[in-house]
Amino acid sequence: MKFLYLVACNLRRKKLRTLLTLLSIGIAFFLFGLLGALKLALTGDVSIANADRLMTRHKVSIIQMIPISYQARIAAIPGVSGVTAQTWFGGIYQDPKNFFASMPVEPDEFLKMYPEFVVSDAHRQAWRTTRNGAIVGRTLMERFNWKVGDRIPLSAPIWRHADGRDAWEFEIVGTYEAARKSVDTSQFFFRYDYFDEGRGQNKGTISWFAVRVSDAARADAISAALDREFANSAYETKTEPEAAMMQGFAQQVGDIGAIITGILGAVFFTILLVSGNTITQGVRERTEEIGVLKALGFTNTLVLGLVLAESCLLAVLGGVGGLGAAWLMTIGGSPLPSLLPVFYVPTPHLMLGAGLMVALGLITGALPALQAMRLGVSEALRRQA
Amino acid sequence: MTTDQSPLIRIADVDKTYRRGAEEIRVLAGLSLTVQCGEFLALMGPSGSGKSTLLNLLGGLDRPTRGTVEIGGERIDALSDRRLAGWRARHVGLVFQFYNLLPVMTAERNVELPLLLTHLSKADRRKHVATALAIVGLAHRTSHYPRQLSGGEQQRVGIARAIVTDPTLLLCDEPTGDLDRKSGDEILSLLQTLNREQGKTIIMVTHDPHASSRASRTVHLDKGQLSAAAPA
Ligand SMILES: Nc1ncnc2c1ncn2[C@@H]1O[C@H](COP(=O)(O)OP(=O)(O)OP(=O)(O)O)[C@@H](O)[C@H]1O
Ligand SMILES: [Mg+2]
Repeated sequence: MKFLYLVACNLRRKKLRTLLTLLSIGIAFFLFGLLGALKLALTGDVSIANADRLMTRHKVSIIQMIPISYQARIAAIPGVSGVTAQTWFGGIYQDPKNFFASMPVEPDEFLKMYPEFVVSDAHRQAWRTTRNGAIVGRTLMERFNWKVGDRIPLSAPIWRHADGRDAWEFEIVGTYEAARKSVDTSQFFFRYDYFDEGRGQNKGTISWFAVRVSDAARADAISAALDREFANSAYETKTEPEAAMMQGFAQQVGDIGAIITGILGAVFFTILLVSGNTITQGVRERTEEIGVLKALGFTNTLVLGLVLAESCLLAVLGGVGGLGAAWLMTIGGSPLPSLLPVFYVPTPHLMLGAGLMVALGLITGALPALQAMRLGVSEALRRQA
Repeated sequence: MTTDQSPLIRIADVDKTYRRGAEEIRVLAGLSLTVQCGEFLALMGPSGSGKSTLLNLLGGLDRPTRGTVEIGGERIDALSDRRLAGWRARHVGLVFQFYNLLPVMTAERNVELPLLLTHLSKADRRKHVATALAIVGLAHRTSHYPRQLSGGEQQRVGIARAIVTDPTLLLCDEPTGDLDRKSGDEILSLLQTLNREQGKTIIMVTHDPHASSRASRTVHLDKGQLSAAAPA
């Protein structure tokens, strides 16, 4: 620690050069942070998907409807501990660009199935007693400046009333919060009974079932049993773990992971050259000074450590600045809420960033540090005379 | 390191050769030298005669090609690099012609550098630094950067850095070589004081007969060998 001042002094020597290097490192880590958030936003946090939740949908595709009457048959399958129906509503508020997810659900079943949506008892109660009541996520409320009690008209081109109208009216009876950061709080949930009564076609059908199993280890067997139950029926089903469905969505967006990794690889390669050059030049310029330190009794190992500490300090300062900026930018919520409802830098990504900073410091410092270590005292001192 | 009676430095039959391509340059050829504790020795000789080379051997900055260098009873030519560095930190103070202060640090921080290698606490380090700077008469300029100091003042900082660990031996390579007469004289007086009052053994390389007259003994280096000073 007492050497930290010495290390910091060396970075202050050429302020502009240090500043520019810090800036490039900072930008690289800023990109790293944002791309990490983007990847999460596009692919979902598969790692947090519940292993004990399955999705049962029409075998052909998720846009084909299946009868709600299946619910009782699913519930009767051994190992199934809960089941609830969800349907894609596709409601539009004022303008199609104000996109958000809206879904009819059965309130009690739904909230039991998804404890990550946190709703107060008062709001739950209001939802039970208000037929056209809706529960809205916090970020969505903030986005449109809605308040509890507001009446919200949505139009749903795919769900028209019997007379052909596509206008639906809802009353916001409550809001939900996220139990975890990765939970999307920009959705709009309303009651299935209100929906089913109001729609003019396809009554009694839904998009998919969320199924909870009592033993995650037996999820595969239960899925198979479930699909067997409806085999050769008019609506054959396909059941898969929640994570698989999230991944399925992700793959539709393309192999985002590979693209992002590619971009970051190029960025970091450039940074390696930039900051490697800064450290190498810095060390070369102070050959005599390193000679003096050794003459004073600094060991070769200590000199090696000082140069490495310098390159690591540079990388960490720049990295913390850049990654910190990315973190701050996303902490207040997504900058593009309609496009990317869940947008933040996930903690494992932050840790990876910290690891990268140290790695960057060690790699860029390795060569100049070895040079400084090997430098002979008398040769170094002679350069000046 | 030793009692006042036994010699502090004993160099016996030392060779130092440098290789420049195929050519071998024998800078020191079978050189021997004994220095008593408390001496103030001036080392003179023509440019390129190997004065700095000899000083480097004494300071453990370099090793002889042949022969032994014994200081305070220790064969420093036989120490590993690591132990030699530790030995330097404890036992020698080096003063350079061009001061060799780190430009990015204040006088105080420069003087503190050798103490970073000790186990002293921050408060103790500060105390030692203040004492050393007071001895060289720079107590009032502790937070100045080298570029804000005159040559003579910078050399005083250099001397403070050399004495801050209280070493027995001071090795000075042309300490007044870059200074005007007046500043040079002040530096020489300071070295004399350190020699007389603090009992430092000093070896000083110089081209200047005026400077060597301040020493208690002068030796000449020429053609790789030492000879006692011819009376001027
Ligand atoms: N590392 C080295 N490699 C090759 N030659 C060297 C090396 N160090 C010193 N020499 C040579 O050894 C000789 C003595 O050098 P040294 O620096 O000891 O002389 P000096 O007496 O101190 O001279 P000056 O009075 O100019 O400082 C010179 O010819 C020098 O070129
Ligand atoms: Mg010399």
